[in-house]
Amino acid sequence: MSVEENFAKNSEFNLSMVPSKFASFMRTCVIWQFIRFVAINLKMIIVVRKSH
Amino acid sequence: MARLVVLGAGVAGHTTATFAKKWLGNGHEVVVVTPNSLWNWIPSNIWVGVGGMSKEDVVFPLAPVYQKAGIDFRQAKAVSIHPEGKDGSDTPYVTVEYTGQNKEGQTEEITYDYLVNATGPKLNFDATPGLGNGEGGIGSNTVSVCTADHAVHASQELKQVFEKAKRGERQKILVGTGHGMCTCQGAAFEYIHNIHHEAEKAGVRDNVDIKWISNEAFLGDFGMGGMHMKVNGYVVSSRIFAESLYTERNIPWIIGAHVNKIEEGKAHYELLDGSTGEEEFDFAMLIPPFAGAGMKAYDKAGEDITSKIFNPGGFMFVDGDYAPKPYDEWKAADWPRTYQNRDYKNIFAAGIAFAPPHIISKPAKSPNGTPINPTPPRTGMPSGIIGKAVAHSIVDLIKNGSSAHLHEASMAEMGAACVASAGKGLTGGQAAAMTIYPVVPDFDKYPGTGRDTEYTFGEIGLAGHWIKHILHHLFIWKAKLKPGWTLIPE
Repeated sequence: MSVEENFAKNSEFNLSMVPSKFASFMRTCVIWQFIRFVAINLKMIIVVRKSH
Repeated sequence: MARLVVLGAGVAGHTTATFAKKWLGNGHEVVVVTPNSLWNWIPSNIWVGVGGMSKEDVVFPLAPVYQKAGIDFRQAKAVSIHPEGKDGSDTPYVTVEYTGQNKEGQTEEITYDYLVNATGPKLNFDATPGLGNGEGGIGSNTVSVCTADHAVHASQELKQVFEKAKRGERQKILVGTGHGMCTCQGAAFEYIHNIHHEAEKAGVRDNVDIKWISNEAFLGDFGMGGMHMKVNGYVVSSRIFAESLYTERNIPWIIGAHVNKIEEGKAHYELLDGSTGEEEFDFAMLIPPFAGAGMKAYDKAGEDITSKIFNPGGFMFVDGDYAPKPYDEWKAADWPRTYQNRDYKNIFAAGIAFAPPHIISKPAKSPNGTPINPTPPRTGMPSGIIGKAVAHSIVDLIKNGSSAHLHEASMAEMGAACVASAGKGLTGGQAAAMTIYPVVPDFDKYPGTGRDTEYTFGEIGLAGHWIKHILHHLFIWKAKLKPGWTLIPE
C-alpha cells in the first residue's frame, strides 16, 4: 500500500507531506546511509565542540 | 580535606562525581548518595519497552564502579538539606535514609563542604488521577518506559497486545503525555514509532490502531518550542517533519491535551480550546509529569526554608532570573550559567534538579485556565555538560579558594545532539538524528527562529539508528569509567 493513501484517512494527514518511494528507499539504503552516517557524525561533533 | 556530596547518580550526578573525583584525586572526598543500586542508560529503555533489549543491557551496578574510582557510595535517598548546620555546629549536612547496603530504613547525617543536587525527577504519576497508584508509583491502567523495570513491564504488556492482534482482535494503543505539564515528549515519540516498527515486523500493524496524545501545542514542539532546520534549501519547522512522520506511519494525533483522568482502558482529556474528550485504549504508555525529588531544607534553628531553596515544583533555585515576566520579555540571559544556588554558594544543582526560569515553549492555557504546555527538557547532553561544568567549578573552588572562577554552561549558549529512535534493526532500523543550537532559543541573537540554522538540523534514516546504537555502547562504556572514558564527550 502506498503511503499516499494515508492522505485520505483524515484532514490532518491530508495537509501533511509524505516521502516518495525514492526518499523512503534512501532512508535504509546502506551505501547512502553510510555516507549520511559520516556526514551526521561530523555535524554532531561540531555542535558538541561548540557546546563544551 | 574537602568533602563533595553529590545527590543522585543519573547523567548529571554521575558526570559531576566522576569528573570531580578524577580532578581532585585522593586528597579530597567525593560521596554519591542515590537510592538506586544500578545505573540506567535511560535512552535505551525505549528498546527494552518493545522487547528489543533486556534490562541487563541498559543497567549496571554502581558500587564496583565507584569503588574503583575511590568514590564513597551510599545507597540512600536524600531527605533534607541543612545548609547552615545545626545547634552547636556550623557544618552543613544532608540527612539521608538508606535504601540498600543492608542499612534499609536507617538515617544518617552526612556533612559536606560542597553539595550538588542532581536528584533528577520524581515521576509524579499521582498528578493525574488513575495514572498513579496513589502511593507515588505507577498505577495499573497504563505503562511507562521511564525506568528499566517499567520498560520491562511495558514490553510484556505490549507482547500480549500483539498476540491478541495476531488472533484477530483489533487493539488500540495510545502513547504520549499523561498530564498538561509534562516534559520528555521525545521519549514518547520514540516509543510510539518503535511500537509501529515492531507491529509491522510482527505483521499485526493492520490490526492495531496507534494514536498519539500530547500536551504540545503542535507536533514536533518537544518542549523546546519546536525547531527550524535547513533542509534542501528551505528552513523548515520541525512541525512539518513530525506531521509527515505520523502521517506516513498512519498515526493520528491529539495535541494540546491535558490528560486529567485515567480509568481502565480510557483516558479523559481537556484540550487547549477548552473542549473535553476521552480516548479508549487496550494499551497506553503515558509519560508522567516530573517534580523535584521532594527534599526539605532547614536553617540552623530548624526552621523550614524549603521554599527559599526550592521552587513549588521541588526544583532548586540557582543563578537564573526567576522574576515572573510575560513571554515577550523572556530572554536567553534568564537561564542559569553556573548552577550555583543563589543563597548558599557551596550548593549547586545539575540536570533536571535545577529550577528553570520559565518554560521554553510558548505558554498556553485552555479557556478554563488549565495550563497546557510542555515543560523544558534538561536531560541527556545538557545534563552531562552542566554536570561537568559544576564539577569543574567545585574543583576550582576547593583548589583555589572561594574567589575561583565558576565555569559556565548556559542552555541558551549550548547546543544538543539528539537521536530519536523510530525502530530498531541493523539494516531496517531508523532514527531521527538532530542537532539544535542553542537549546534555549535566543531571539535577539538569531531573529526569527531563535537558533542558528547552520547548526540546527535533522534527518531520519538508518544512519541515525547506527548512531543511537553506537551511543548506547559508548555512554555505558563512559559511565563504567573504562579506558578512555574522559575522551567521550557528554
